[in-house]
Amino acid sequence: MSGVQTKTPLTHGIDIESLEREQTGSRVDDGTIAAEVDGLNLFYGAKQALRDISLRVPEKKVTAFIGPSGCGKSTLLRCFNRMNDLIDGCRIEGQIRLHGKNIFDRDVDVAILRRRVGMVFQKPNPFPKSIYENVAYGLRLAGQSKKRELDEIVEWALKGAALWDEVKDRLEDSALGLSGGQQQRLVIARAIAIQPDVILLDEPCSALDPISTLKVEELINELKNRYTIVIVTHNMQQAARVSDFTAFMYMGDLVEFGNTDQLFTKPKQKQTEDYITGRYG
Amino acid sequence: MHSPTPNPAAADLTVRDTGGVRSYVKSGQPYVWTTAAAIAVSVIITVALLVLTAVRGMAHFWPADLLQATYAPPGEAPAPLLVEVRSAEEVTGARLQTAGLPIEDPEALYTRALVKVGNRDLYGADFRYVVEEWIGDRSWPEDATVWERVEWGNLHGFLLSASIDGRTIAGPQAWTAYREAQRRANELREQIDAIERDEIGAINYRMERLRLEERRLELDGLTRAQDTAAFAALDARRAALDGEYAELNAERTRLYEALNRDSIAVRTIDARELTVPLAKLVAGWQPNDMNLLQKIGFWFGKVWEFVSDEPREANTEGGIFPAIFGTVLMVIIMSIFVTPFGILAALYLREYAKQGPVTRAIRIAVNNLAGVPSIVFGMFGLGFFVYFVGGSIDRLFFPEAAPAPVFGTPGILWASLTLALLTLPVVIVATEEGLARIPRSIREASLALGATKAETLWRVVLPMASPAMMTGLILAIARAAGETAPLMLVGVVKLAPNLPIDGNFPFLHFERKFMHLGFHIYDVGFQSPNVEAARPLVYATSFLLVVVIVVLNVAAITIRNRLREHYKALED
Repeated sequence: MSGVQTKTPLTHGIDIESLEREQTGSRVDDGTIAAEVDGLNLFYGAKQALRDISLRVPEKKVTAFIGPSGCGKSTLLRCFNRMNDLIDGCRIEGQIRLHGKNIFDRDVDVAILRRRVGMVFQKPNPFPKSIYENVAYGLRLAGQSKKRELDEIVEWALKGAALWDEVKDRLEDSALGLSGGQQQRLVIARAIAIQPDVILLDEPCSALDPISTLKVEELINELKNRYTIVIVTHNMQQAARVSDFTAFMYMGDLVEFGNTDQLFTKPKQKQTEDYITGRYG
Repeated sequence: MHSPTPNPAAADLTVRDTGGVRSYVKSGQPYVWTTAAAIAVSVIITVALLVLTAVRGMAHFWPADLLQATYAPPGEAPAPLLVEVRSAEEVTGARLQTAGLPIEDPEALYTRALVKVGNRDLYGADFRYVVEEWIGDRSWPEDATVWERVEWGNLHGFLLSASIDGRTIAGPQAWTAYREAQRRANELREQIDAIERDEIGAINYRMERLRLEERRLELDGLTRAQDTAAFAALDARRAALDGEYAELNAERTRLYEALNRDSIAVRTIDARELTVPLAKLVAGWQPNDMNLLQKIGFWFGKVWEFVSDEPREANTEGGIFPAIFGTVLMVIIMSIFVTPFGILAALYLREYAKQGPVTRAIRIAVNNLAGVPSIVFGMFGLGFFVYFVGGSIDRLFFPEAAPAPVFGTPGILWASLTLALLTLPVVIVATEEGLARIPRSIREASLALGATKAETLWRVVLPMASPAMMTGLILAIARAAGETAPLMLVGVVKLAPNLPIDGNFPFLHFERKFMHLGFHIYDVGFQSPNVEAARPLVYATSFLLVVVIVVLNVAAITIRNRLREHYKALED
């Protein structure tokens, strides 16, 4: 874990320009914003799944999306790295600006976008390859092939995901031999190995036991020192524990967005209050 | 039935309904038995198939004892017999009577035996039926001998003397001397074969190439007068080949003389005396004098000969090595064609094509292609590959060979391509199923890391689908190795003079015709003049075909299991 703080390896395939652009980004509360959602509408065929969503995701903070099942929080999350592109009949209006650039522009290379916006899924989905190859996958895609550099980054990423001590002696073993919690941390290591700006976490603990959940939550706390994190969760305690900002969504609408402490203690909307006090959802 | 009680006693949980059909059906027992019966029948049939072909086929190579006896049908002079008894059955006198035998009592049962008399050149047939009741004076003389001959089948008789290098050896030493001389003769024959087939064959091959080169020069408009240098070079090479040939021919003549040196004198059971040169004999054995161990050794030798030798005597003698070789080579060439082609087609169909009515129609068409009778594929192969593609290749690249076709005639390449086409649907369907089984989450993981669709396919999806591709290939091999009908149209022959692979450049001769186990079974079984001699060979060849298919499949299954072990990720 210490690796995340001590290492300053901004040479690993990340472009300096983007960092500079981050510095010049507009400010929200006490920090810069990494991404800005602006009037986003999303349709599955004729059905509208997201309605006029606008929010600002602050940099190097944890932003949580909460809401009942089917409210569109995962759909919104998957807009950030354009995973919804894979779904037939999905149509998007509005903008998501990453450091000022609209990611839905025609000239955006989706592959590069996804390298900048990493994602961790609900179910751990390691590749049926060795632990080492799982972490090195994104690097190899980016054209990294020098064994020494790969070794270095794999170790750094695994340390960053708090997995190194558990797997350092069996890097060549299949990743499928790991436990669910270890697999999820491996997937996080895989995501941070390519040094994204933003990490999207789609209910990352819903398939994990409490101990593993705790470890992943600790990890999220560590990671927010380096990365902008957006997390979708079912679990309101989790949102309260790990996030700095929270968005409450309901039926495709963004009901309320604000500071987590504020949203959980003094919600402005009646709907939010009902949800967090467990009156529905 | 039972009134619900607010607090049911423990007794209520015990089985109450123990009788009746309904409860029996409900218990699931009938299903267990039916399913078990289905699998039992399948296993029994499979085992029976293997055992039947193995026993019937492999027993042929066992050295049967020679029975000496006198055969005396009523009213005829007794005749001596020296035979191997093959089989016996009970028949009524009436049936024998209609066959023209002097039967006294049509009601009585007789035993009719099939015996191998050998000496086809003397008696006209290897086999005859005898009535066992009329056989007398049975004995199994230890010096009764069977000789396997190069032609005319086996010779049954007794060794009188051996004439080795001008000396005549009679008496007890004759047999040892004969064995020694036979070994020498076989070695010489092998040398002659090597010279004739390999070395002289290679010279003939090169001569033919020279002729074609000359013809090509002529087709290019050159004449001997204009371009003396080119033709002179050809002539020089031809002269060199002629010189080599003359040398080899001299060597061959010398070997033939050495081979023809020895001979033996044999007395048959009906007291005819023959002089047989050892050059005409392959082996001799005295089955009545062999102990079990010797017989087992002999059996293994014979089986090995069958597997490793070339056929003789219209495929009824010798081995089937060229057929095994042709079958395996054809399957390998077919696999090389069908695997990449099928995988690419499946990839497009599953991953890239827009899923809609057109894709669905194509998929249905592909599936139906698997149901087209194989002979139809054979016709297509003949019309398209042989005549159209092969003919075009000949016109474009081999004008010098005309009018003789090179690729415009059935050959192993066209046979392999035809079978590749035949098995393509199997590979496509299996690969498609494999691709469909790769979980979406794994693809998304790759895409989310910045991989393009092509990178995801290449790095994650294809490796994970490789066991399914191997399954497709296994099914394809199983189908192709046993296919016979279409091959008759596109390249299989009864007897191929050369293997498709030899030492002459370019080593792999795609245009050559080849032999195939399936067709060999048909040929030996239906086209052979010597039915009784051929029958065990049909079984033996069938058994070997099954063995070859099993070996090919086991190889492919081993590879697949390795891959599966590697990519065992598909729990969800």
